[in-house]
Amino acid sequence: MSGAMPATTPDPAPAVRHRSVIRSLLRLWPYVRPVRIRLGLSAAVAVVASCMSLLIPLVLKWMVDGPVHDKDTAGVWLGGGLLLLLGLLEAGLFGVRRWLVARPLAGVEASMRAALYGHLQRLPVDFHDRWASGQLLSRATMDLQILRMFLAFPLVFLVVNGATILIGFAILFAQAWLLGLVLLAPVVPLMIVCSYFETHYALAARTAQDQAGDLATVVEESVLGIRIIKAFGQHRSQAAAFRGQARGLWGTEMRKARLLSDIWAVIMTLPELAIGGALAVGVLQVADHKLSAGTLVAFLSTALALRWPVESIGFLLAMSNEAATAADRYFEAMDTPEADRSGTGDAAAGDGLRMTGVRFRYPDAPDGGPDLLSGVDLHVRPGETMALVGATGSGKTTLTALLPRLHEATGGRITLDGADIAGLPVARVRELLAVAFEEPTLFSASVRENVAMGAGPAGVTEADVERALAVAQCDFVAGLPHGLDTQVGEQGLSLSGGQRQRLALARAVVGRPRFLVLDDPLSALDVQTEALVEAALREVLRETTALVVAHRPSTVLLADRVALLSEGRITAVGTHAELLRDSAEYRHLMSGTADGAREESRAPADAAETDPAPAGAPQADSPLTDLPLERSEA
Amino acid sequence: MTTAAPPGVDPFDQDVLPAPRNAQMILLRSLLHPHRSRLWLATVLLLVQQAAVQAGPLLVAYAIDHAIPAVRDGRHGALIAVACGYLGCGLASGILQRAFIRVAALISQDVLIELRGRIFRHAQSLSLDFHERYTSGRLISRATSDVESIRELLSDGLEELIEVVLSAVYISVLLLILDWRLGLATMVSYGPLYVAIRSFQRRSMVAYRKRSTATAAVIVKFTETMNGIRPVKAFRREEPNDAAFGELNHRHERANGDAILEMARYVVGSRLIANIAIAAIVLWGAYRVAQGGLALGVLAAFVLYLRRLYDPIDRLGMFLNSYQSAAASLEKIAGLLAQEPGVPEPARPVPLPERPAGQPGRAVVFEDVRFAYRTGGEVLPVFGLRVPAGQTVAVVGATGAGKSTLAKLLARFYDPTDGRIMLDGVPLRELAPADLRRGVVMVTQESFLFSGTVAENITIGRPDASRAEVEAAAKAIGAHDFIAALPDGYDTDVRKRGGRISAGQRQLVAFARALLADPGVLILDEATSSLDIPGERAVQHAMHTVLHGRTAVIIAHRLSTVEIADRVLVMRDGRIVEDGTPEELIADSGHFAGLHQAWQDSLV
Ligand SMILES: Nc1ncnc2c1ncn2[C@@H]1O[C@H](COP(=O)(O)OP(=O)(O)OP(=O)(O)O)[C@@H](O)[C@H]1O
Ligand SMILES: Nc1ncnc2c1ncn2[C@@H]1O[C@H](COP(=O)(O)OP(=O)(O)OP(=O)(O)O)[C@@H](O)[C@H]1O
Ligand SMILES: [Mg+2]
Ligand SMILES: [Mg+2]
Repeated sequence: MSGAMPATTPDPAPAVRHRSVIRSLLRLWPYVRPVRIRLGLSAAVAVVASCMSLLIPLVLKWMVDGPVHDKDTAGVWLGGGLLLLLGLLEAGLFGVRRWLVARPLAGVEASMRAALYGHLQRLPVDFHDRWASGQLLSRATMDLQILRMFLAFPLVFLVVNGATILIGFAILFAQAWLLGLVLLAPVVPLMIVCSYFETHYALAARTAQDQAGDLATVVEESVLGIRIIKAFGQHRSQAAAFRGQARGLWGTEMRKARLLSDIWAVIMTLPELAIGGALAVGVLQVADHKLSAGTLVAFLSTALALRWPVESIGFLLAMSNEAATAADRYFEAMDTPEADRSGTGDAAAGDGLRMTGVRFRYPDAPDGGPDLLSGVDLHVRPGETMALVGATGSGKTTLTALLPRLHEATGGRITLDGADIAGLPVARVRELLAVAFEEPTLFSASVRENVAMGAGPAGVTEADVERALAVAQCDFVAGLPHGLDTQVGEQGLSLSGGQRQRLALARAVVGRPRFLVLDDPLSALDVQTEALVEAALREVLRETTALVVAHRPSTVLLADRVALLSEGRITAVGTHAELLRDSAEYRHLMSGTADGAREESRAPADAAETDPAPAGAPQADSPLTDLPLERSEA
Repeated sequence: MTTAAPPGVDPFDQDVLPAPRNAQMILLRSLLHPHRSRLWLATVLLLVQQAAVQAGPLLVAYAIDHAIPAVRDGRHGALIAVACGYLGCGLASGILQRAFIRVAALISQDVLIELRGRIFRHAQSLSLDFHERYTSGRLISRATSDVESIRELLSDGLEELIEVVLSAVYISVLLLILDWRLGLATMVSYGPLYVAIRSFQRRSMVAYRKRSTATAAVIVKFTETMNGIRPVKAFRREEPNDAAFGELNHRHERANGDAILEMARYVVGSRLIANIAIAAIVLWGAYRVAQGGLALGVLAAFVLYLRRLYDPIDRLGMFLNSYQSAAASLEKIAGLLAQEPGVPEPARPVPLPERPAGQPGRAVVFEDVRFAYRTGGEVLPVFGLRVPAGQTVAVVGATGAGKSTLAKLLARFYDPTDGRIMLDGVPLRELAPADLRRGVVMVTQESFLFSGTVAENITIGRPDASRAEVEAAAKAIGAHDFIAALPDGYDTDVRKRGGRISAGQRQLVAFARALLADPGVLILDEATSSLDIPGERAVQHAMHTVLHGRTAVIIAHRLSTVEIADRVLVMRDGRIVEDGTPEELIADSGHFAGLHQAWQDSLV
């Protein structure tokens, strides 16, 4: 499945080539701003501290040329004392520097993560459909860690080491300008090599980060799909995908290492050669008495003290490049605009749910094909329950997703009690309307929390939860180890399919929403439980305007009227009996037989028999409730 | 029903799985062991490289003490020697460094690929029971964040450690040679340094352990939110989630800050010790030079070396830092790797006997089986069941009765608490995994698809199947038409969890996948629940042919399925309460007769 991975991640290459490292990193500013003072202070402290280390050789020079030469013991003591003082200062400053930024930078990382999390939650569903989850996760964890490290080290040290090198060179020139010139010789070649390195390394770093994200995706999928993997033995293609991804990452990391090794070699060799040259020249000068031995010692020890700052530039550049690509990746996700949540209107009263000319197509639908929904007109009257019937893949779920604005309709109008949902705040739409999805996704929280979240942030009373559980016939909850406080485990998979579906149903009805959307809500229930749920649900449905996606006649019976979705439109609306009589397609969907003679002879009779009496549906109910076999968990 | 431990004492809750003592060291060693020759090579490279680097000050001392007087005497040999020496050392240190980085990268990347592979394979081999409690987020955290911290240790830490140790040894020896008294004085400073290092190690280990747990908690919340984005949005969980995530994130931030501050504390302590030592030694050395007891050049070299000796202290700190962070991660990974699969592979697998000619499918026997989930009460009280080869058994019953549990036991997702399950007389526990999967395949109640193409999803059970076979499987159950209508047909990417296609279409793909695997025993757990009725009918029609020559266990709430069954089991509270042919049971006027009547009534 490795082949499919890149398709789910946006192609990174063009972004990399055109964005400069500095521009990418500058975007971090809003997050760094709150800690700018501490960060600046810490850089200043670091500069001072490394000046301390440059001062130390000067003190040494003074000691060698002065007291030591003159055999002045008091002077030696003074020099020693001075050294100690500088040393203490240096150590203290080192500590202060780290202390200044430790918590603030952890804070920057955390605030960036919280911002990303909050933003992702609010991005439209089709963004999440498009992006592999591992890619999002790797941005929230590994990339942010890289950025924190960058702020803590390379950023400060590029400044500090740059300053150290400048000051160091100033000192060198002051001591012996000729030797200083010799040391300057390698600067130009070094700069050329560095810039070459930078472009190549940035590309490799970006690739590695993307591959790490893909790897996270494969791991996640293989854990979430562990049941399938177990059901089919070792899932070879998944293991192969993992191996492939891991190998790919290996290759990229090796490429990075090769680049890094080259730049290290250059950065180590050139300055060393220059120092060698300076040494030779210096020796000649000392021999000619143009330079004191002390000056040469001091010069060389300064030059050697500069070796680390110079050498460090290689990996500081590498880290900066990685940080820049990490920032790119972070902002790719952050730059995706949130759904337009404009609108301040509110619903009036009493028009029910109305769709007029609603059109929708998925962003990645092939060009040229017809829209999935091509002009849906539907009116669900206030208090009415409408069943939505259509073949597998006809777009029922898609239609229901438009109502809470999980997807935005590409055309037409949807109104809730007269208010266009596009003009309402999204939160208000979702407050008015509750959904039970066809996949009953639960969260790893207690049963109570899972149900209560249906009422939104406002929260509900214990009585409401009890009522909702009663409607959905969730009496099994009492038998769980900790009752309502039982943790349902990841995705609720420690419950049976029907139990999960009933909890999802309870979650949808708990907040007594004005509008209720149920997507095939009874598919995992046995006939008897289904009947009990339906009986209880009728009470709830009486008070709400509801759209119920249904595949079976038994579910359709919940509804007052039925709408048939076919080829992107509502082709028929009426009672179950009417549609059975008038619509061949409906007959086909409800009976499964071809629209043939046998059915022709049956349909009218059956239709008459099951003519829906919405309030009671006695025909369907009576044989069921008397059955000896009750819900087993009771 | 109340045997489960109260929340809070479960090691899974705390994210601390028991691991043998020192498991992380053993793990690290086992990872590095295959690379020992490369490790030696890397060490030698660094050894020589350090020799080249450390020769610098020596050459300076030589230049000052010998070359200057020689040049003054008009002899340039010494100077040329020094210059050539410096040139050689410079080149050697660069080239050797390059070689070292490459070898080290090879080692660390090979170790990482091995570690990732081990985590992945081990996670796959662990039973559902484990996964249900560990959660996917933690596993992802182990395979990403924790591996990442080991990557840091290996790619930079290794070099730093070797360099620091080598240069310390080199310089110590050189110092002792240059002047044994000053050298000894330097050694004395190692004592307090050692104390500083040990205390840093102890404290930062605690900090990093906390951080690794906090990271995992953040990841768990993150992945759960993103995986359930539809309900999150529909139920306006954004703000409560922000708050909950903020809390976890804050905990992570604290742990992170604590770990960084430990490092700051160490740096201050060790720097102090080093700088005091430098001042003291220089003072003493200068005093002796002033007294004439020491050559000036020796003091100069000493001073240069001392700076170099203590310079890497920060880098040692960085190494220790990445070591501790990696050790905490290794500990967690070792804990994961130490988990024994709850459903272990047999030590001596018994092959599935060849099917006698003419025997359709495999015979299944449940012998005094009892089963309880680890987190719940007993779901299946003692029961027995014999399904002869080739029989199609329908299992019906109220939701939560234990139908899926029965199926999962037969597919060996779990092992029974008591008793045994046999396939053609061979206990499942003793079957080789490959045989088991040829024998039994299950379509689970949740139709999970992997991201990837439709074809890839169908061929999961038989990766070598040809396109024609894939299409035949899809056609058999009526999935071909919709697949062919997708933008790229069988090569359409269905996206994560199959989100690109509808629920009913996912079920069809899952069904086709099971058919293609061609097992002796096929288990269908609510495999058609999301299909429309014509689709369901088509599948049922197809079953007459596709179930031919297999044993089948079909769990269904829609009793239309039962029409094709030879036998019906009615389950209630984990027990089989009725067992017979559909006709018998309907005539019996028991539970099933009632169910059947209700179902009949619900039809058009
Ligand atoms: N994210 C998506 N991107 C592109 N196409 C999609 C996406 N989701 C669904 N589709 C396509 O849109 C069509 C309608 O899907 P939808 O889930 O709405 O069907 P449905 O009527 O709910 O079917 P079912 O009864 O099986 O649940 C399907 O053919 C599917 O392939
Ligand atoms: N992984 C699990 N951990 C703990 N308890 C579980 C787990 N899976 C199922 N259970 C419990 O075991 C009981 C039987 O579940 P099972 O899934 O076998 O029911 P089922 O008959 O398949 O029901 P349905 O028709 O709803 O799918 C239920 O009470 C359920 O809560
Ligand atoms: Mg659907
Ligand atoms: Mg089940």
